[in-house]
Amino acid sequence: MMAQVENILQVKGVTKRFGGLTAVNNVTFDLPRGQILGLIGPNGAGKTTLFNVINGVYAPTEGHVIFKGTDISGWQPYDVVKLGLARTHQIVRPLNDLTVLENVMAGACYGHENRPLKEAQVIADEVMEFLGLAERRDMLAGSLNVAQKKRLEMARALASRPYMMLLDEVLAGLNPTEIAEMVEVVLKIREQGVTILIIEHVMHALMNVSDRVIVLDYGQLIAEGSPEEIANNPKVIEAYLGDPDLAKRLMENADGD
Amino acid sequence: MNSWKYPAFWIALLLVIIGGLLPVITGSNIMRENMFLILLSVALASSLNILLGYAGYVSFGHIVFFGVGGYIGFYLLAVQNTPLWLAIIAGGIASAVLAWLLGAAILRLRGAYFALATIGVNEAVRTFINNFGPLGGPIGMEVNFSIYRQYGGAATMQWTTYWIVLGLTIAAIVLSYAVKFSRFGLGLMAIREDEDAAMVMGVRTPSAKTMAYVLSAIIPGMMGVIFFFRNSSIEPHEAFRLTRSIEMIVMVMLGGQGTVQGPLVGAALYEAIRSFLLTSPLFKDLQLAFAGLLLLLIILFVPSGVVGWLRSRYRKLWRVLE
Repeated sequence: MMAQVENILQVKGVTKRFGGLTAVNNVTFDLPRGQILGLIGPNGAGKTTLFNVINGVYAPTEGHVIFKGTDISGWQPYDVVKLGLARTHQIVRPLNDLTVLENVMAGACYGHENRPLKEAQVIADEVMEFLGLAERRDMLAGSLNVAQKKRLEMARALASRPYMMLLDEVLAGLNPTEIAEMVEVVLKIREQGVTILIIEHVMHALMNVSDRVIVLDYGQLIAEGSPEEIANNPKVIEAYLGDPDLAKRLMENADGD
Repeated sequence: MNSWKYPAFWIALLLVIIGGLLPVITGSNIMRENMFLILLSVALASSLNILLGYAGYVSFGHIVFFGVGGYIGFYLLAVQNTPLWLAIIAGGIASAVLAWLLGAAILRLRGAYFALATIGVNEAVRTFINNFGPLGGPIGMEVNFSIYRQYGGAATMQWTTYWIVLGLTIAAIVLSYAVKFSRFGLGLMAIREDEDAAMVMGVRTPSAKTMAYVLSAIIPGMMGVIFFFRNSSIEPHEAFRLTRSIEMIVMVMLGGQGTVQGPLVGAALYEAIRSFLLTSPLFKDLQLAFAGLLLLLIILFVPSGVVGWLRSRYRKLWRVLE
């Protein structure tokens, strides 16, 4: 069965340097269609930079990003999203003076399917319903609270009808109830057949949703495997988790939820 | 979105038409000259609003399109003896082409850098024309009064051009509304709110910004042709007056940037204030100082302008105010 699975995303030897700083160093990994791949690493490990290289905010200094068989290295972000690769931002970026509806419609209008306004509104209404934003439809995006803004980020990305989503810390800053709800959302999105690459610091949640996890440290990929393997990997514990008991606790949490 | 059903657009249109017909109703030539200036300002402010209000790019040199359109049209009328309608279209096209070329170069800049570049462009074009013999250099060009005979004499010409200005003002309002409630307009507003996020959402920002710039330049270009034709002369200092650009910004900000009715309200208010100041013996030299003060006060206290303020205060009026 594994042999049939196609890699929707291939990252091949990607390096990104800013002057003398190597933020991402020769990173290579594949992401099979339909999976959820977790990306973890300490602060400053280059996770968000890697996202920025994948979706075209930065061009890679070296290496290639291949999405659905197309080499998208150095493409502009607006061309990448039209190919069906959407993303959310770690620091939410709502279009403050537009309504929630308009925000989500913009995602549908300009995303992968390039819908006209009327169809975009239908999609936006569906997506807002799915994410529990329907009641806030006509509110200004700037007036939402943090949890709602995170949902709005998701809604906008989802409204573009992507094949794949890059989720950058969609759980950060949420309370436990909100985290549980958001995890549900992520799993549901995957059920719809969307492949997900997710950066997360909320470990037990990440361990729960991910099929596989990769670990970045100082811009380098230091480990790759199932959540159990990662939690027990001595390199990861040393570089990132620091505390040997933490791994055990993580897995307990994962079982408990 | 069925936005044409909203009363807001029809209110704006009605205001322009009623205002536009006032000179006929009153039969007053003074009223016509006043309305001419108001309509001109409404059209200029509405055009600028597409760039400033929707896309969030402040152009301090927008009058350059008025001047360039005016010069091209005037040249065609005075030297080539082209019919007026053709000169007007040529003026609009010239401005659009200039905006398109400039857009590729300076719309890469953001915020204050773009604003500075627009001032530079205006000054560069003014200096160029000042030194360009075929367009009259610093003295500019004049038409012989006899040219108006083709248009039924000076009196008739003044009415004809008035109607054209009214038509173009209506076109500016329609354009402003159509852009605001289009897919393209949504993209522009995404750019205004967060250009990087807009790119990530799939807005092709370079082409969207250039298109906004072009659309905001066409009607000012056409207006320039009519204005200077009516004026019977054109000179660089008059065509590229930087303070006019700033007054355009004041109008948009006063009425409410990013709304359709804002530039209309702002332009009418500003013209009313200006004509009061110009005729008042005490303030007549302080008109521009007042414009600057007004801009400062708006930005500090009511950044969303009259229409924006009313909208945020009375949410029930959303369908009426836009």
